[in-house]
Amino acid sequence: MIAELGLAALWLAAALAALQLVSGALGLTRHGETLAGVTRPVAVAQGLLALIAFLCLIYVFAVTDLSVKLVALNSHSMKPLVFKIAGAWGNHEGSMLLWVTVMGMAGGFVALIEKRLPEPTMLATLAGQAFVSLGFYAFLLIASNPFERLSPVPAEGNGLNPLLQDLGLAFHPPTLYLGYVGLSIAFSFAIGALITREVGPAFARAMRPWVLGAWIFLTIGITAGSYWAYYELGWGGWWFWDPVENASLMPWLAATALLHSASVLASRNALRAWTVMLGVVAFSMSMIGTFLVRSGILTSVHAFAVDPERGTFILALLAINIGGALTLFALRASTVTEGERFALVSREGALVFNNVMLSAILGIVLFGTLYPLVAEAMGAKVSVGPPYFNPMSALFAVPMLVVLAIGPLLRWRRDKFARIGKLLVIPALLVVAAGIAVVAIGGVSLLPFLGLALSIGLAWASVLPLRDRNLRRTPLPVWGMVFAHFGIAVALFGMSSESAFTVEKLVAVRTGDVTEVGPWHVKLDSIEPVAGPNWTALEARLLVRYGADGKETRMLPQSRSFWAPPQQTSESALLTRWNGQLYAVLGGEAEDGRWQLRLWWKPFVPLIWIGGLLIALGGLLALAGRVASDVRRIVAKDKIAYRRERQGR
Amino acid sequence: MAIKAKHQRLVLLVIALVVLIGAGLLAAWALRNQASYFYVPAEITANPPESDRAVRLGGMVEKGSIKTEPDGVTIAFVVEDGKARVPVVFKGIVPSLFVEGSGVVAEGKMGADGTFVADNLLAKHDENYVPREMQNMTEAQAKQVVAETK
Repeated sequence: MIAELGLAALWLAAALAALQLVSGALGLTRHGETLAGVTRPVAVAQGLLALIAFLCLIYVFAVTDLSVKLVALNSHSMKPLVFKIAGAWGNHEGSMLLWVTVMGMAGGFVALIEKRLPEPTMLATLAGQAFVSLGFYAFLLIASNPFERLSPVPAEGNGLNPLLQDLGLAFHPPTLYLGYVGLSIAFSFAIGALITREVGPAFARAMRPWVLGAWIFLTIGITAGSYWAYYELGWGGWWFWDPVENASLMPWLAATALLHSASVLASRNALRAWTVMLGVVAFSMSMIGTFLVRSGILTSVHAFAVDPERGTFILALLAINIGGALTLFALRASTVTEGERFALVSREGALVFNNVMLSAILGIVLFGTLYPLVAEAMGAKVSVGPPYFNPMSALFAVPMLVVLAIGPLLRWRRDKFARIGKLLVIPALLVVAAGIAVVAIGGVSLLPFLGLALSIGLAWASVLPLRDRNLRRTPLPVWGMVFAHFGIAVALFGMSSESAFTVEKLVAVRTGDVTEVGPWHVKLDSIEPVAGPNWTALEARLLVRYGADGKETRMLPQSRSFWAPPQQTSESALLTRWNGQLYAVLGGEAEDGRWQLRLWWKPFVPLIWIGGLLIALGGLLALAGRVASDVRRIVAKDKIAYRRERQGR
Repeated sequence: MAIKAKHQRLVLLVIALVVLIGAGLLAAWALRNQASYFYVPAEITANPPESDRAVRLGGMVEKGSIKTEPDGVTIAFVVEDGKARVPVVFKGIVPSLFVEGSGVVAEGKMGADGTFVADNLLAKHDENYVPREMQNMTEAQAKQVVAETK
């Protein structure tokens, strides 16, 4: 019953999206004014219906209704409740339903609150949003119905991939989807502004909070995904340049560029065509990411759909949306008039430079991700990994990081390096000092060396915009910028330190044996069998000490066996100190009663994710500042209107 | 540094295009050199890659070939595809589904002595996760893999 209710809500939402498209489009013509009025309410209703459908899916998963095919294939009655619920979006159909739900709700929210733009632009924007949504509704209803019934009803479900039975799963996909789909709003705004030829500061101001919001979620999603891969896979790495990681990195790069160019457009009325273009590119990257991850073209823990029909469907959606938007851009680009001018040495100039560098990195990542697919189509099997991605992205990242330190100190419009030269003396000296220190330590390769040196200088330079400011009166967006840029420095230091100074040890030990890794002394105390709700495991009791006379602490890495579906995973154990993390993995039993242990000492590695969170926090501060000033403006407007009304009497 | 105002948009466009096209060309060049190619034993013995090039070797783990060295963490085994056999050494914790007679993809380099030195092993995790290269194995091999997981 609940499943049918969900399906009905989904069909109704699709119908409303069609109505929203028609009414929005007709509203732009002379005769459609009567219909235009329904566009906003319809957008809100569409979002709510999608939400109802999604809640229905969560319900059938929560009660493990095995007559629903999706539940039978992906869930199991013995699973803990939180994983049953999270399992609702831990599969292809459910995750696509989550996608349209977020998209519908975001569209509804825009329809409800965005009042600054001219009404025709809003209608075109909402029609654009409906057009994109409609494609995804069709995909769900035709090729991936999440509410399909199963007959006969099986006695038990198949279970969920154990790697996905993790609290991270409850948050990781929704977070990334909020980011992906938030960019769909930026895309729709760009379409709306292009159609009605209203590419200007008002468009950028309307778009900016959505880009910021999407970017915050992407930042958190990538940070969390990286940490998940780090502790769950047990390989000790935090970024593998895996296509699914790149699929989230590419929209982030585009959104980062868009965020900065939208700021220039909003406050300086420059970079008009470029901002619109980035709005299109950012969401295109989200869709390419979804295509790569969900089409089954890649095999990974993320590729749920192995049905080629679905891949073709997503590819068609991709071609229609991206192709259509680029065609519209080509047709209208000439009508986008040039904005305000600026000198090369100016804040705008620095932002343009970093926009181009970000786009170049985006291109590098995109090429490297798509190349194996293209090569395979031509009969060669290749994989592209760190030897390509690391140096190639660093080539553009290093100049970007240098300009990142300088740019925020420059004035808008026109400036001279001589004016800020004095400020940059200390950061430059810090870079040199850090470089010498790293060389003195020795054994560090080029990229981590550059990273360590630059991160120190950048950390100092990133807080310089706060100099001579009254900190209490500093606007929140400035704080946001400082936090985000400082976060980049922190994350960069963590990444470089991890790759420069990690110590690894792989041994086979008997119980009672002591082994050393970096400054740590690790003793295998015992191996014990333990059991969880749907798994059994062998657990190593390790007693570890930092230095010969440090305090003894216990670490408990496990080798787990799940029974639904039958699979083995290793649960790594982590011990965090202020200066790094000790990472332990229990391997198999070697001959003669020895146990394999893999240990890493990773100095300052947590800074990677702390930096990621600082970057997201910076975004949050900027967003709070923007929203607060928007609210203030609306309140002030109402006051003025009220006064005028009274005076008029 | 004042550019003639009239041409500013054009200049910026040209600079951006040059950088982006440059990045594209550079990427294409690097991809040709850095992509790691996939081999099956018959190919790698007939036409071995240079010993400093990262490649992937895929095939079946020969029955009775897995041996653990005295250090307890280095293993040696043979990957075969019915036509050729390649000895492989690997130091590390093997994936839990790495067993004799099952499929494996080894990432690493081909040594000059004809031994493949693997830094990473990918084994079949479950019916939903097959290394991409293993999807095109011969039918008999595929059947064998399927039979094992049932």
